[in-house]
Amino acid sequence: MALLQISEPGLSPEPHKQRLAVGIDLGTTNSLVATVRNGIAVVLSDEQGHPLLPSVVRYRGDARVEVGFAAQAAQARDARNTVVSVKRFMGRGLKDVAHVESMPYDFVDDGGMVRLRTVAGVKSPVEISAEILRVLGERARASLGGELTGSVITVPAYFDDAQRQATKDAARLAGINVLRLLNEPTAAAIAYGLDNAAEGVYAVYDLGGGTFDFSVLKLTRGVFEVMATSGDAVLGGDDFDQRIFCWILDNAHVSPPSAEDARLLLLKARQAKEYLSGEPEAHIGARLASGEEVDLVLAAETFTHLTHPLVAKTLVPVRKALRDAGLRPEDVKGVVMVGGATRMPQVQRAVAEYFHQEPLTNLDPDKVVALGAAIQANALAGNRAADEDWLLLDVIPLSLGLETMGGLAEKVIPRNSTIPVARAQEFTTYKDGQTAMSFHVVQGERELVSECRSLARFDLRGIPPMTAGAARIRVTFQVDADGLLSVSARELATGVEASIAVKPSYGLGDEEIARMLQDSFAHASDDMHARVLREHRVEAQRLLDATDVALREDGQLLSTQERVAVDAALVQLRSRMAGEDHRALRQAVDSLNAATMELAARRMDQSIRQALSGRRVDTVGI
Amino acid sequence: MDVDLRRDFFSLFGLPRVFAIDTEALELAYRDLQSLVHPDRYAHLPETERRLSMQWATHVNEGYRTLRKPLARGRYLLSLNGVEVDSESNTAMSPDFLMEQMEWREAVEEARTAEDAAELERLHHRLRQLAGEMVETLRGQIDAHHDYHGAAESVRRLMFIEKLQHDIDDALLGLES
Repeated sequence: MALLQISEPGLSPEPHKQRLAVGIDLGTTNSLVATVRNGIAVVLSDEQGHPLLPSVVRYRGDARVEVGFAAQAAQARDARNTVVSVKRFMGRGLKDVAHVESMPYDFVDDGGMVRLRTVAGVKSPVEISAEILRVLGERARASLGGELTGSVITVPAYFDDAQRQATKDAARLAGINVLRLLNEPTAAAIAYGLDNAAEGVYAVYDLGGGTFDFSVLKLTRGVFEVMATSGDAVLGGDDFDQRIFCWILDNAHVSPPSAEDARLLLLKARQAKEYLSGEPEAHIGARLASGEEVDLVLAAETFTHLTHPLVAKTLVPVRKALRDAGLRPEDVKGVVMVGGATRMPQVQRAVAEYFHQEPLTNLDPDKVVALGAAIQANALAGNRAADEDWLLLDVIPLSLGLETMGGLAEKVIPRNSTIPVARAQEFTTYKDGQTAMSFHVVQGERELVSECRSLARFDLRGIPPMTAGAARIRVTFQVDADGLLSVSARELATGVEASIAVKPSYGLGDEEIARMLQDSFAHASDDMHARVLREHRVEAQRLLDATDVALREDGQLLSTQERVAVDAALVQLRSRMAGEDHRALRQAVDSLNAATMELAARRMDQSIRQALSGRRVDTVGI
Repeated sequence: MDVDLRRDFFSLFGLPRVFAIDTEALELAYRDLQSLVHPDRYAHLPETERRLSMQWATHVNEGYRTLRKPLARGRYLLSLNGVEVDSESNTAMSPDFLMEQMEWREAVEEARTAEDAAELERLHHRLRQLAGEMVETLRGQIDAHHDYHGAAESVRRLMFIEKLQHDIDDALLGLES
């Protein structure tokens, strides 16, 4: 046993308590779950040994839901109820979705996030994604033999706020605690950088099934600093399939296919694409439900030609990110390739040509994101070993702004700002006695609001009546470490906290989430009360542990009176831990949180002061 | 040591309050501080700690952003010395500068309309040189002469240059896509 245990503030001093944490790559085509076992990141396979879970969900008439290979096998038979590439619909309206006409779904468009009518009822992309997460969560619990402390779920770096929020909502529906949303290229950079002890400027070229991301990172002594990120949220391997699909229709001279036939041909298109990564030509043969035959040969050269515009399209964000980072292609030391679609030779050639160097393909492009997420999850759960002292500094991909006069967007937080970040802007009333104001939050780089993504509209109420122009309302945008935005507002002259009611443009409201939770419990053995109680107990235990550590290390920072209050709250919470009343438990958690707030703040200040004075000694001394 | 860590970014990063800072020391201090306060270090802790950590990390990022680039640093230093660059009483500009602005705008607009990427790149390069000279001027005005009102004008020139550079970036991006 160590005689002297040195722990950083906020880190658990009990290393034997390994917390179970996983990284989840919720992909367009495939999803994976990984964890860190004995210091090594590993992907968790299913019982048959498959590491990948096809991101396919099938709703059956008997109220059962199939996820993965079973659903994939049924997709041509039951296309309408079998959802593939649901990630493309997350946080999106129907008008944002490309190729709707060739999709076999029954879309429901009521202005907000697109929904799908299935045999099991109307489903939101959030619910469908939650089915995938649920399966991965179960796989992890079975494999690790216990309840999960939390997860890191990866999202495309170029995902906007609505898409990120939708992903987090899906995890909530699936009963998975999210420690962090992590950008996919950043996850890949962690896996690559820690593995290769890389230093310098690296780029990550991540062409997934449905999204393209490009990030530039600076790696210095264990710090991963994202300098710029860019991408295309609607460009991926699926589009290459789509090009082959169109080529088949043009060359096979068949009548417009039914939903089932279209699905079958898309499947053939994908197989041909994968085959062409290693072979000069691919045979495409199919017998359609209509009785027609497809019998074609696609040459690699033709495929390259067909998809040249798509490959060229990926280089636009590449140039943009380099420009934002103030770099030239030759400043980049290595380009890490991520995503199954980077197996295509024409993609590798284009990247090699642009950067004048062979891209790095030594990590499995399908697994690297999940592995990086697992490493991050392990660190966030508090399992970090003393020598694993690395830090991640990520950015927001798209500027956040507000609509101003004339339909113009005014940027409040520019793209590529390091998160967490906050920025405030002041407004005033334009009418005497005005007590409310409306705001429209948008995301994007364009000047016109109509060309940006609408994130939310909110009304500010409760402004004290004053003469026009007298009120000073400060609206603050805060983006947290998940890249998620929250907005608050305050009237400065009176100090009145104005209330905000946010209506997300493409997200789900709290009531909707609550209803979906209810729905999901209607079919499950679990019940809502038990789950809420379990979640509160986890939070309570976390609070008790942290308070014990804080009191032991820095109890002297409290006055006697403050200490008495903390002890009383501790006793109360401990006594309610075993109880079944989740409201009483929550209340006790809130009281202890309130009682320890000052202590936490003083500890933080103290550690910063120590760090500052330590550095001064370093620089002044010897 | 008793400084208000939340008020002054120079104290936060342990730097003297001057324009010509040691940028390497700033970068080191920034990384040290983020290593200490970043939300990733607090993800497994209770809500209070997580919130505090986010506030601190936000503050440290803001400080780094403010001190890292000469323009923001100059503005901030002037504001610490009671001179607000944006305030109405300070926006009077020399006729020379106004003339210069007009000429630059016309040159950029012309190149944009002609879709002349090479010319846009050339203008961008000249602006970078100009910005470099302006930063030198600013250093003299603030650190050596404490001429804060003169410095305010230099800061406004820098702001104009930066805005033009953004416009050129946008124009180049428009040509590419």
